Amino acid sequence: MKKDDFFSKEELERYSRHLIIPEFNIDGQKKLKSAKVLVVGTGGLGAPLLQYLTAAGVGTIGVVDFDVVEDSNLQRQVLFSTDDVGKPKTEAAVERMKGLNPHIEFKIYNTQLNSSNALDIIKEYDIVADGTDNFPTRYLVNDACVLLNKPYVYASIFRFDGQLTVFNYQYEDGTTGPNYRDLYSEPPPPGLVPSCAEGGVIGVLPGILGSLQANEVIKVLSGVGDPLIGRMFSFDTLGFETRIFKFKKDPKNPISGENPTIHELIDYEHFCGIPQQEEEDAKQESVKELSAKELKELKENGEDFQLIDVREEFEYRISNLGGELIPLNNVLDEAGKIAKDKKVVVHCRTGARSGDAIRALKEKFGYDNLYNLKGGILEYADEIDDSLAKY
Amino acid sequence: MAKITIPTPLRKFTDQEKTFESNAENVDTALRELVEKHPKLKSQLFNDEDDLRSFIKVFVGDEDIKDLNEGETAIKKETTVSIVPAIAGGKS
Repeated sequence: MKKDDFFSKEELERYSRHLIIPEFNIDGQKKLKSAKVLVVGTGGLGAPLLQYLTAAGVGTIGVVDFDVVEDSNLQRQVLFSTDDVGKPKTEAAVERMKGLNPHIEFKIYNTQLNSSNALDIIKEYDIVADGTDNFPTRYLVNDACVLLNKPYVYASIFRFDGQLTVFNYQYEDGTTGPNYRDLYSEPPPPGLVPSCAEGGVIGVLPGILGSLQANEVIKVLSGVGDPLIGRMFSFDTLGFETRIFKFKKDPKNPISGENPTIHELIDYEHFCGIPQQEEEDAKQESVKELSAKELKELKENGEDFQLIDVREEFEYRISNLGGELIPLNNVLDEAGKIAKDKKVVVHCRTGARSGDAIRALKEKFGYDNLYNLKGGILEYADEIDDSLAKY
Repeated sequence: MAKITIPTPLRKFTDQEKTFESNAENVDTALRELVEKHPKLKSQLFNDEDDLRSFIKVFVGDEDIKDLNEGETAIKKETTVSIVPAIAGGKS
């Protein structure tokens, strides 16, 4: 009997449903086993990506994340169980994956991908799957992959909407497919990005998009089918509207166009307009602050003060401190409700929106009696009242 | 009338309206009509120089207007114009 020595008997049996697909067969499976895939982000998209790539038999899988598992992850990050809360995501993920398929080699990067480590990490891999959740990392992954000539599979989600495409595909003739900067040359400025109050995602959505992402990774690696190159799949799950939009390389692309100006990784936080820590501190200095403990004392001493909550109503319904609800977008219109003759404590979830509200009220109406609750309701829940639900 | 689809992240600027119908002859005119009806949408779609923002793509059918005739791209009554913003995930 002649036996292929590339795979053990156990592997042949495990992967047999791939091996009997005529156009995939044992050649496709060999390509998967020889491949190295880097999965950036082990969140909602990373969960199905990692599970399907592991199950499918990708030989080496790198896993990058710096977060620990939190309760609020479990609604969509189905890789984790309740017992994993508090553990580093990479470790919890790999522990689970090892149980799923012992034939895979895993490499753990328990770190945040950044401009100083991205090239070193990515260069070891054949393809990257981007399952991150913010613009700076999106552009970082893109630029690193372009500089290293690596294809990468992109998926992105927001509430009920998803997008998917294959960027920077490497054709055999040395040409490449379009990348993220061909589609979106620049990120939105921070003020125009949906804020933390407006984020949120329906739990199934990353499962759908992450699964499609895994399928594209497998197609690119095996060479079977037509990967989603220069085409973006867009899915509005609420209306069940699916579209595929075509896009081309942009000659003005700053990293891969005719006259590229980017030759190395840059500061992506800065590029995305995210203020540096010093700027953030300077901004906060202009606002008077009150700690969670000080707020508790105010309450206990029966002092006359007003508590304003600038979050949205749907947040208020999760947990609240009994403040008067005036969402940030309405504070200027409803300023008449905010006292000028006594201490007013303003809060939101983390202190960011309430800081913005105070600065706007000071500038427009000259308030000088407003105090920002430091760390928002989250810090109050941590330090004073652990019965409050955090989100 | 041509139909413009409004993506979810921008619907808060259109009072949750998902589509906008226009008799305009080209994309630019239709988008101007749209932001005239929903003024809060204007700064989301256009920058200070009045150009389309670089994190907003506009497709006529499945074609990028950049590969057609940009804002001058003609639209007909059965045309669907899609506004597709960059989305990055849950974190801001």
